[in-house]
Amino acid sequence: MEDSPFAPPPTDARDPSEGQPNNAPGNLPEYSVSEISQALKRTVESTFDRVRVRGEISRPTRAASGHVYLTLKDDKSVLDGICWRGQAQRLSIQPEEGMEVICVGKLTTYPGRSKYQIVIESMELAGEGALLKLLEERKRRLAAEGLFDDARKRPLPYLPKVIGVVTSPTGAVIRDILHRLVDRYPVHVLVWPVLVQGEAAKDQVSAAIRGFNALGNDGPVPRPDLLIVARGGGSLEDLWTFNEEEVARAAAESEIPLISAVGHETDTTLIDFVSDRRAPTPTAAAEIAVPVRADLIARVMENETRLFHAVTRRLGEAGTHLTGLARGLGDPRQLIESRAQAVDYAWSAIGGAIDRRVERLGLHLTGMAGRLVSPAQQIERFGDRVKSATERLGIAGQTRLRRAEEHLAHLGTRLSPLRIDRAITDGAREADRLGHALDASATRRIDDLTARLSALDRVLESNSFERTLERGFVLVRDADGTPITQAANAVAGQTVGLRFQDGERAAVIDGEGSGGKPKAKPKPKEKPKAKPATGQESLF
Amino acid sequence: MSDNDGGKNGGNDIESLGFEAALQELEGIVERLEQGQGSLDDAIAAYERGAALKQHCQKKLDEARMKVERIRVPEAGAPSETEAFDT
Repeated sequence: MEDSPFAPPPTDARDPSEGQPNNAPGNLPEYSVSEISQALKRTVESTFDRVRVRGEISRPTRAASGHVYLTLKDDKSVLDGICWRGQAQRLSIQPEEGMEVICVGKLTTYPGRSKYQIVIESMELAGEGALLKLLEERKRRLAAEGLFDDARKRPLPYLPKVIGVVTSPTGAVIRDILHRLVDRYPVHVLVWPVLVQGEAAKDQVSAAIRGFNALGNDGPVPRPDLLIVARGGGSLEDLWTFNEEEVARAAAESEIPLISAVGHETDTTLIDFVSDRRAPTPTAAAEIAVPVRADLIARVMENETRLFHAVTRRLGEAGTHLTGLARGLGDPRQLIESRAQAVDYAWSAIGGAIDRRVERLGLHLTGMAGRLVSPAQQIERFGDRVKSATERLGIAGQTRLRRAEEHLAHLGTRLSPLRIDRAITDGAREADRLGHALDASATRRIDDLTARLSALDRVLESNSFERTLERGFVLVRDADGTPITQAANAVAGQTVGLRFQDGERAAVIDGEGSGGKPKAKPKPKEKPKAKPATGQESLF
Repeated sequence: MSDNDGGKNGGNDIESLGFEAALQELEGIVERLEQGQGSLDDAIAAYERGAALKQHCQKKLDEARMKVERIRVPEAGAPSETEAFDT
């Protein structure tokens, strides 16, 4: 140091009690302000080279230079603190007013202001409550940025080819993961060894996540298609790396789907909110990462079997259907044969028909030829016909004559005199009989008529007008003898005949009108007529 | 998932199909075949494709080998080598 010339005095000053009583005023070395300040600085810095100080942050300020100034205090004292820019950027927590922290650093003095302060190298939250408070604040901020959104979560590959694991290379976690992967589905695993606890952990974990994402598809190291960030269980402080904002951001930025598996089921760290899938344990992460290969083999085999059966059945059905259709279709040979047979039949029928036709035509021709008589023959035939006609003419005449004769003879036989005689005899007898009958009947009839006539005559006799005349009545007749029964018919001067019982007398009609009365005189004469005519009046 | 949409026509695309996509397509084919839909020609074509998909799935499953490597972390830049990982 440049203040070497002042080295001795501090040595002395270290033990002031030695000479204080003795070397009182005169022996006391004299320090300049700077000397004493420097001496103090050396003493403070060497004595408090590295200390942990717990206190509450008060008035934290970040200067334009990037250094952070703050005051640590408790109920009685205050201690100024400074965090140089480089350290301030690497602080795991950002100092906030009222935050209870434990700072690690060294004490130093600031001679220019007669001050001492702590140069903070690291800072951590004091107490779980404070840590949780900080975590909540971070969560709120990241959530507000949308880093927890479900829409950000990418689906995991069904069957990852390469899995990148970010974890400690030693310890149970990586072993658990590898064992479970082997059990389920052997796969290519790349382990990126990191510290999972302590100051350097957050940088290493973040770098590992980013490093895996930086791998190219064709590089010497294969790029994983799935990441697992894992750590075993521990206290909140132990797991704090995974609550670091830097780690959470790296996980959120990862293009490769990422499974977080930090601590045990009940532990939830910040990275769990931004990862694509949170596994409750590292072992569970392996289960989420890969399916069970045996199951897949079984599934593939089952599908193969079903595929085979389905197509076999389909073919069988098609075959059956085809057979059915073929049955309906009939044997083609049979079809051809039957057709051939039909052709044969038709052919033979045509042949026969032709033959028959030819034959018939031949016959017809022959017939025609036969009928085609020569003129000589025709003449001869005409001659024959003439002859035959002549003959038949003769024969016909004879036949007819004979028939007439025969008919005549027959009629002759029927014309018998015997028959006629008998008819005459019968007729005579009948006439005789009828004559007798007629006689008898006529006689009887005449007798009857005679009898009736006489009877009538008697009646007539009894009723004759002449008998009336006997009783005094006169019949008046005109010149012609016609009875005059009406007075009107008797004209005056007319000559009439009057018949009496015993003879006639002529008379002349006297008058016309008056004559009536005298004429009426005879009427009373009728009275006597009526008396004797009892029983005979009905005749009039 | 990324090589999921290999397409469903032709046979050469199967090689590029991911396991899950191949298995899903195989299951779809099996289901359709079992329902007896489509023409016989389609059924036979589907069977052929199904058989190829099965082959592909089988191959993928057979390829599964456990290989664990540890990244050698360089001071700067991307890791360029790995070493065997002993647990």
